[in-house]
Amino acid sequence: MATDKPKLAVHKFSSCDGCQLALLNLGEPLLALPGLVDIVHFAEAGPNSPDQPVDISLVEGSVSTPEDIQRIQQVRQNSKLLVSIGACATSGGLQALANFANRHEWMASIYTDPENIEVLNSSDPISKHVKVDLQIQGCPVNSAQVIGALRDLLSGVAPRPEVHSVCMECKRKGVICTMVTKGEPCMGPVTLAGCGALCPAAGRGCYGCYGPAEQLNDRSIAERFEQLGLDAQAVLRRFRFIANSAAGFKTASEGLRGDTDG
Amino acid sequence: MQQSAKIERQPGFLPRSDFQKLLDGIVQSGYQLLGPVVKDGAIQLMQISDVTQLAKGLTNEQQPGHYRLQQTAGERLFDWNHGPQGLKPLCFAPHEVLWVEQKDPLSFTTRLPDVKPTAVLGVRGCDLSALAIQDRHFLHAAGADPHYRQRRERLLLIGIDCAHSAESCFCASTGDGPSVNQAVDIGLSELDDGFLVWSGSDQGEAVLQRLDLATAQTQQLEQMEGQTEQAAREQQRQLPKPEELIRLYQRLEHAHWQQVADRCLGCGNCTAVCPTCFCYDTQHEVSLDGLSAQNVRQWDSCFSASHSSMGAFKVRGNILSRYRQWLTHKLAGWQEQQGRIGCTGCGRCITWCPVGIDLTKEADAILWEGSLDE
Repeated sequence: MATDKPKLAVHKFSSCDGCQLALLNLGEPLLALPGLVDIVHFAEAGPNSPDQPVDISLVEGSVSTPEDIQRIQQVRQNSKLLVSIGACATSGGLQALANFANRHEWMASIYTDPENIEVLNSSDPISKHVKVDLQIQGCPVNSAQVIGALRDLLSGVAPRPEVHSVCMECKRKGVICTMVTKGEPCMGPVTLAGCGALCPAAGRGCYGCYGPAEQLNDRSIAERFEQLGLDAQAVLRRFRFIANSAAGFKTASEGLRGDTDG
Repeated sequence: MQQSAKIERQPGFLPRSDFQKLLDGIVQSGYQLLGPVVKDGAIQLMQISDVTQLAKGLTNEQQPGHYRLQQTAGERLFDWNHGPQGLKPLCFAPHEVLWVEQKDPLSFTTRLPDVKPTAVLGVRGCDLSALAIQDRHFLHAAGADPHYRQRRERLLLIGIDCAHSAESCFCASTGDGPSVNQAVDIGLSELDDGFLVWSGSDQGEAVLQRLDLATAQTQQLEQMEGQTEQAAREQQRQLPKPEELIRLYQRLEHAHWQQVADRCLGCGNCTAVCPTCFCYDTQHEVSLDGLSAQNVRQWDSCFSASHSSMGAFKVRGNILSRYRQWLTHKLAGWQEQQGRIGCTGCGRCITWCPVGIDLTKEADAILWEGSLDE
């Protein structure tokens, strides 16, 4: 049925589907969405027309195969606006850890016929292959941030980017600092806000899922982690985790001492 | 120095065994009572009704980037200094809706918080001075903030002298502690066997009327003074005098700013725990259907990009310029704007900095080390 509502697509690349699920988990606000847009493609939710031209595409997942490259170029051609959502789409995701290793050796040691697997040499963010209009970090994304961005795009205004550290979320919520009271290394000071300080609120240090904060003083926090008892490799792995290939964290881990055998 | 006028005390004595009666008197006077309790390894203000909920027999180890509570051999209820927050979140909410709007028909409605009269037990001198600073900022005649005022007017403040100082305390050098010299509704000084108690307002007096206070003995008054003098002597840090701090403005290009920036994470913790920092950001949150919206205010920080964003341009685009903004504003700029420095010596920015940056040491280094042209 043709309407004059804007058209929306949600595409999946190499990912766990968690960002799509985060959207579906929104609950009631999601019910307003079909009143505002025609959801022409969102396989996780039902609609399955990946090749239709749309006004906005939300893209989850990283580019990790030759087929992914062709597909993302098609999505770009079909979309007036392309928004990459989540750690995979914005930085390559957890699977980008393989970028630090020799993936062909690994595959040969695991699969009997590795020649049947066609992959790129790296797991890439969407922005490496096509122009991206907006990126929303997170693992998974904060669905309220995605919906807020959608609302702004539908209103024709630029969404405001998140710029605070996770520490600001902790302090606003009254979460007690795990690093200062327990000496537990926490990535919060160098990680972008958005998760609502999920891990510190549960009494443990931040994993850095949301990727680098707007200002990233990796050397200072790495030195602090060592003072708190982490060895060089453990410090390195704080950066080389879910957002390992986000620009700031990648540079940070490459500048650190520590075993890099993956 | 800022609190030069000593508030006259005429305390009575409340035996330790009767302290519950004070709490009962506050609650029976119609207040919800917030008191210092231990939660998640730190002193926090939580709703209480019983003396057994209080942080008894505890002291705090507060050093750069380090906070631990430790058991003492004693029975005292207030032997610690403070937790990560003072009174700030109680009046200047970390996150709140200021107003809501509807599109059809167009309407705007202020959302004032629904606040019960709230008594706060165990407020320190540094935090009372900080509240006075926040009052000046949020309640100035030209544009009093209704949300702040709604909460502030319902506060009953029960101050307490510090009998000890933590390692990061330096209130003696700013003139804001360790004794309570500010206006309070009720003042307390804890002794071994009980409390010296005085009222500072009609509301405080009404609560104390419910108690049968004994006359304070000279020896008890001497112990009270001796303790706070001891607490002041214990302080290892001090801040330079205001007239010295104003010279930070002549040192904007000092090489030491870069040394601080090399350590500073730019995370904003210092500003969030600072009891005087008042910066906020407002955001317009539109409902998905576009038919309603709310204006939300939340704590911001001069360490965040949002603080100096002008469209696509960030006035302060790096950690050095942000730390310099914070320190020069807090210690020098406030003198012109607020009539005093913006620091009351609580030391929270030192304790709760994840990498332990020490405001007193940085100010010293920038003021006294090297030449002006560095």
